[in-house]
Amino acid sequence: MSEVAQQGGGGKGDGKVRSKKSSTKIDMTPMVDLAFLLLTFFMLTTTFNKPQTMEIIMPEKPKEEEDQPLVNEKKVVTLLLSKDDKIYYYQGITDPTVEVTNFSKDGIRKVLLEYNAAIKDMTVLIKPADNSRYKNVVDILDEMNITNIKRYAIVDITPVDENLIKKKDGGETATK
Amino acid sequence: MGKIKVHRTSPSLDMTPMVDLAFLLVTFFMLTTKFAPEEPVAVDMPSSTSEIRLPDTDILTITIAKDGAVFFNMDGKYTRQTLLGKIGEKYGQSFTPEETARFALMPSMGVPIGNLKEFLDLTPDERKTVKQPGIPCDSVHNELQDWIVMSRISNPKLRIAVKGDGNANYPVVKEVIKTLVDRKVNRFNLITNLERTAKD
Repeated sequence: MSEVAQQGGGGKGDGKVRSKKSSTKIDMTPMVDLAFLLLTFFMLTTTFNKPQTMEIIMPEKPKEEEDQPLVNEKKVVTLLLSKDDKIYYYQGITDPTVEVTNFSKDGIRKVLLEYNAAIKDMTVLIKPADNSRYKNVVDILDEMNITNIKRYAIVDITPVDENLIKKKDGGETATK
Repeated sequence: MGKIKVHRTSPSLDMTPMVDLAFLLVTFFMLTTKFAPEEPVAVDMPSSTSEIRLPDTDILTITIAKDGAVFFNMDGKYTRQTLLGKIGEKYGQSFTPEETARFALMPSMGVPIGNLKEFLDLTPDERKTVKQPGIPCDSVHNELQDWIVMSRISNPKLRIAVKGDGNANYPVVKEVIKTLVDRKVNRFNLITNLERTAKD
């Protein structure tokens, strides 16, 4: 359209020269389209590619057994991570009542929030069993973050704890 | 004459500067983008609500595959070269300059140091197909700790990140964490994906 208008408006000289002039111009629109497409692609991929991390700080290895800090056993909540995404938890150490929960929002998070409200200066011991998976550990650390619990530690599981799990599982199947 | 000519050119815009700019930006982003490095194994990371981003440089990545194989990776071409030299010294192996150059450009690797020389002699395509058994990190034969110690000597600013598969069994992770703590690395990162569901 504009081309026609130009010709009408010009009205001078010979058409041959003019048509040649217009043909030297390349339509850059597709090129610009492509350039911006690539631009958008690279911009988006750069910003979304960075992975997230969780920082964890492990306690220094105690040189002597006596160097270990002492905690009131009533303020200790132990979480045992077991297979099939199950969590066994109990408060205290001597003769505890073990409960089972899972990783859902109404599961462990509720439990942790309740304990956190009830116990001042609560310490959580996370003991992943050998049949738990890495995902469980990350999930529970994440729950600690969400429920804003500052005092927690990842500890190796003991045979006593394994027995508690077994006992709990045994009791469960017997009542069913 | 002049007036008319101005009129004639005005409807079609000169896009050259825009194209210049666009391609300049494209080139910039192309050069700065770091594509996800090739991994010898696919790792399905667990998700978390943590929003700390991993820094780009000075990273040592310990990858734990689903089957429990442990892989090692460190960034920095020159630090990798010194690292290989130190590892060779410790294990009584000498690496040729070509092997060192190959090691400097390699992605994550998981072969015992005894097999490292053979592994480096393969072509990059062969290396992709060969099954890597993972770096030994149990208490009897722990090569991972040497990699960690030597890497930290080569690059003191190094941060250590553990990239584990969500379905990896915990005992392997425990060994890796124990190795780290034994070498006095008490602060490290766990690489995760961003949680899809909103936290509440």
